[in-house]
Amino acid sequence: MHSSLSLADIPVGSSARITSIVTIGPNRRRLLDLGLVPGSRVDSIRRSPAGNPTAYWIKGTVIALRNEDASQILVDTRGVF
Amino acid sequence: MSAISEQKIPVLRELEPLLPANEAVIKDRIVSSIYQQAEAICRQAVKTGKPPVNLDARLDGILTSRWLGFPIMLLLLALVLWITITGANYPSQLLAGGLFWLEEQLASLFMAWGAPAWLYGILILGVYRTLAWVIAVMLPPMAIFFPLFTLLEDLGYLPRVAFNMDNLFRRAGAHGKQCLTMCMGFGCNAAGVTSCRIIDSPRERLIAILTNTFSVCNGRFPTLIVLATIFMGALVAPAYSSMLAALVVVGIIMTGIVVTLFISYLLSRTLLRGVPSFFVLELPPFRKPQLGQIIIRSLLDRTLFVLGRAVVIAAPAGALTWILANSFVGDVSVFTRLTSWLDPLGQIMGMDGIILMAFLLGLPANEIVLPIIIMGYMSAGSMLELDSMSALRTLLLDHGWTWITAICVMLFSLLHFPCGTTLYTIFKETRRARWTLLALLLPLILGILTTLLVNQGAGLIKL
Repeated sequence: MHSSLSLADIPVGSSARITSIVTIGPNRRRLLDLGLVPGSRVDSIRRSPAGNPTAYWIKGTVIALRNEDASQILVDTRGVF
Repeated sequence: MSAISEQKIPVLRELEPLLPANEAVIKDRIVSSIYQQAEAICRQAVKTGKPPVNLDARLDGILTSRWLGFPIMLLLLALVLWITITGANYPSQLLAGGLFWLEEQLASLFMAWGAPAWLYGILILGVYRTLAWVIAVMLPPMAIFFPLFTLLEDLGYLPRVAFNMDNLFRRAGAHGKQCLTMCMGFGCNAAGVTSCRIIDSPRERLIAILTNTFSVCNGRFPTLIVLATIFMGALVAPAYSSMLAALVVVGIIMTGIVVTLFISYLLSRTLLRGVPSFFVLELPPFRKPQLGQIIIRSLLDRTLFVLGRAVVIAAPAGALTWILANSFVGDVSVFTRLTSWLDPLGQIMGMDGIILMAFLLGLPANEIVLPIIIMGYMSAGSMLELDSMSALRTLLLDHGWTWITAICVMLFSLLHFPCGTTLYTIFKETRRARWTLLALLLPLILGILTTLLVNQGAGLIKL
């Protein structure tokens, strides 16, 4: 589970499982509230015309995160398809 | 006590994560278990799809695509404005005809009654005529523009605009939600400023508040549309005139967006330094628009609201303008004295004293700037009756307007002080006189500089 890969790194069209969230405080809570909890699956579905932010498919909704914020979320791409 | 801790009974070890130092861990566990529970229930009850491979995804693929995202945004904006300009022309003439016919009836009623000239002046030439103009010029464009804009909102297009544009706001050091407050500003700047509450970070909220006035609001759209129609439209063959007029209005809106980004960039690197805070944007599924609701909401909530506000403010402003134009000190009216004092400044900005006076008297609401300009010209010269766009064009041309004048008025309409309601709202939201003052001075200085540059530049290359 020691992965340094973040959500911002995974290519569009691929999916990953969240391992941990690096940020703390209210931002962490907001991510958790969106369903970005360790263990859940996230699909990267599209980038905005300028490449940032990126839209993700999280538990049935489409949510866009700036790449700076997405890099706070560590993921594991093994065993997810 | 010591006996217990030495024994390290299992209960205590289990309680360890509950210590204050481990607060984050316990919160994570709570949220995770809530989600696990919810997912377990969900799995039993609902069949969910994989990532959206449906119409929504395909639409998003086009609307937010790398090459088409921005062109589609511009095209939709231009289309909405083109429909507005083309569609508003005829009903506008019809309304003007009707309202000025009514004026004649009222005038003969006043004659028959033997009313004093000043009362006739204030009520008919001041109040009624200004109101007639506000209604004839503003109602048709609003009644077309607002439903179209509400339709785009209802479809769920606005979050896609925010998704497309966020990178620009991020680079300007602004919060992603500022794109949404900016869009709200296209409706009404006061509402736009209030909507800045959705931004949590005080720094980014202030940037959004201070730049909201660069969104062309409802009160200013009619002025821009009318001026673009009668001046820019006349530059090309009639078949293309409303298209060109629409493009000019798009240009002004785009200028406003560029200024928003530029000023946000400057503020986030000087007065309001800092890094953008966390931003999440949900892209909800597209919805089938509810036409009935759109029409009711846009006509009642927006069109009638804006028109009502314009009427309430235009009535006293019309009376005041008439009184100023008809009270004489020596043989010159107070209005003429004031406007000739403003005239030199107006001239170097490509406008004139009456136009600047109209912007000043229009402080309570931008809606009445054009009617005051018209009143100013009419009371200064002969009292001609305006019953169509072409009469308005003749009136403006007679007072020395060129298309450069029109451009300068449009730019100054974009870049001057926020209206009174917006300023009051900014004060209420920031609770600081200095931010309110900055919100007033920032666009004003920009506006003076811009019109000055445009006018002098046009003079240099002899346009």
